[in-house]
Amino acid sequence: MTEIIERIQLVPNIHTCTVKAPEIARKALPGQFVIVIPDEYSERIPITIADWDKKAGTVTFVFVEIGSSTQRLAELNTGDKVYSFTGPLGKPFELNKFGTVALIGGCYGIGGIYSAAKALKKKGNKVISYSEARSKFLLYWNDKLEEASDEVRYATTDGSEGMKGHAWDSLRHNLEEGEKIDYIIAVGCTFMMYKIAEVTGIFNVPTIVSMNPVMIDGTGMCGACRIVVDDQTKFACVDGPHFDAHKIDWDIVMSRRKAYFEEEIISKER
Amino acid sequence: MAKISPKKTPMREQPPKERIHNYDEVPFGYSPEEAVIEAQRCIQCKKPGCIAGCPVEIDIPGFIRYITEKNFKDGITLLKGKNILPAICGRVCPQEEQCEKVCVVGVKNEPVAIGRLERFLADWEREQGEIDIPSKPKSSGKKVAIVGAGPAGITAAADLVRWGHKVDMFEALHEPGGVLVYGIPEFRLPKEIVFREIDFLKQLGVRLFTDSVIGMVRSIDELLEKYNAVFLGTGAGLPWFLQVPGENLNGIYSANEYLTRANLMKAYLFPQYKTPIIKGKRIATVGGGNVAMDCARTALRLGAEKSVIIYRRTRKEMPARDEEIHHAEEEGVIFQFLSNPAAFHGDDRNWVSEVECIRMKLGEPDDSGRRRPVPIPDANFRMPIDVAIIAIGNSPNPLIPSTTPDIETGKWGNIVADPESGKTSKKGVFAGGDVATGAATVILAMGAGKKSARGIDEYLRTGVW
Repeated sequence: MTEIIERIQLVPNIHTCTVKAPEIARKALPGQFVIVIPDEYSERIPITIADWDKKAGTVTFVFVEIGSSTQRLAELNTGDKVYSFTGPLGKPFELNKFGTVALIGGCYGIGGIYSAAKALKKKGNKVISYSEARSKFLLYWNDKLEEASDEVRYATTDGSEGMKGHAWDSLRHNLEEGEKIDYIIAVGCTFMMYKIAEVTGIFNVPTIVSMNPVMIDGTGMCGACRIVVDDQTKFACVDGPHFDAHKIDWDIVMSRRKAYFEEEIISKER
Repeated sequence: MAKISPKKTPMREQPPKERIHNYDEVPFGYSPEEAVIEAQRCIQCKKPGCIAGCPVEIDIPGFIRYITEKNFKDGITLLKGKNILPAICGRVCPQEEQCEKVCVVGVKNEPVAIGRLERFLADWEREQGEIDIPSKPKSSGKKVAIVGAGPAGITAAADLVRWGHKVDMFEALHEPGGVLVYGIPEFRLPKEIVFREIDFLKQLGVRLFTDSVIGMVRSIDELLEKYNAVFLGTGAGLPWFLQVPGENLNGIYSANEYLTRANLMKAYLFPQYKTPIIKGKRIATVGGGNVAMDCARTALRLGAEKSVIIYRRTRKEMPARDEEIHHAEEEGVIFQFLSNPAAFHGDDRNWVSEVECIRMKLGEPDDSGRRRPVPIPDANFRMPIDVAIIAIGNSPNPLIPSTTPDIETGKWGNIVADPESGKTSKKGVFAGGDVATGAATVILAMGAGKKSARGIDEYLRTGVW
């Protein structure tokens, strides 16, 4: 049982949650994830760690309220406890001096790139963050991201903030204009990461994506999270979750994401 | 005295037609009367082979004698002196390969049903409601960390705490028990029994920390700063796949995933419990071990109309226990022998729809002594399926070796450990069970846990590595 310090809805359907987990806070590194079970009945949900505070012994993550288990998590408040909280899991991002780094965040991934922005800037990189949402009112953590990055570029599909379109449109525009970007990390929904891979493939920029497949134990035991990279089957939980975006078999990723579509609807009805 | 039967006293079971619609345990266990009758079949050998046949050296004739005297209380006390988990071992040990294999009665007749009698005593004690907690031993002042709360870890913890050491047990999942909980289905080993045994450990003073992935949240070196010794019992948790085309289609599970969803996450109670499992009407399980039987039988209980086991050799070579094969047959599992998947084919939505198999014949014996399956050319056939489960084995879990660079590992990624003491190449660190040997049985892991406990105790007392 892990105590919730705070749970806030940032924007409709996207929440941030901070829990008391000193051991995990001590060890967490950018790009790692935790597995959360909100209550006895819920699924094990893998979630990217967004931030942590070693001194306070807290861990913060951002999640999308989408299935029945994340709905349950969204109902919990300060002082409540989550049934299980495990981490840190997965390999962290490589934190080298690459030069100019673009970090692409959408959905929960805006939170997901925040710690990477801080760490990569500290390494001496120029950090450009791309934050995307459907509309201005769905963007969050703008101030945090602006503080952590050298520059933040917004993209909204309705054009209410920054460029009209998606982050991949914005990135493509910049690359077409000849902007030199040495390394790219994308965190967010599968489709966004796929589109980023498509764009950066054209321009040959090394790109890392943070995969979020269906997962159960998160320790290499079940193989639910298998991803085909360079024609080899990898487990996202222990071999990843970060992979070379240009080597991933995206068709398999997309279809495996949808495997439990019908069950998710049934699960919500109860 | 009644005439001694040449056969084991039968154990009453749920009828197959009924039990495939529920998750309740299949065999009911002996009544006290049945247990006494069976116990009387033991001839109390002067030199009992059964004790040597048991990996944890239980005084088998001793506890059986108590049963004949209806002195169940002393029987269970004697049994638990050697085996902390009799309710589990009585159910899942391969007794026919161990104690019962060397039973003298078994030379001419069926051997004494040692496993069933063991189970009887453990169940009898639990039904009494009162479980004796041994008095706390004098503290040794030494601390041991156990990594992995499965059969090896639980057994090592039980001995070490009884010898006065302080024991902390770390488990990666949210429930303790390891394979006993995520793997073995409820109908073969009710989870309540496992949790009771773990409660008993806690009452002995063992502290349990779930949600603790050692290697990630703490390194082995960090554990060694706080503990005098570390025991690694992290199991064989890295599933093998067939490496054939189409294996990443939807609807194809590793046995670990399928069983973990069904057991640990209680997908059989979906949607009350929120973890789903793809049910399907036609299920193919690939493999011939106990795990394959568990998967095929679970599929029936989840509503499969056809549950097929695909195995590349014949019934004779199957590594599963006879009892498990028999139960699967009774329940209507279909066996497709001398067949091995060559590919999986999918529909336009990337769901598995067919398995393509190679037909095999048996050739010369291989290293394991079993006849090697040889493919027959141009004899491939296809079978329509909705779900496939790959149950062909596991490698040791890589998390500890990959985060502990100075520990020696073997060819299969296993941690190299002395089979007698459990000592690894790293001072103060011991290992046992599947992580050291590769995937084996619960009782062998318990045996390794016991031997390692002795190795650890000696190291803690003498300081000699």
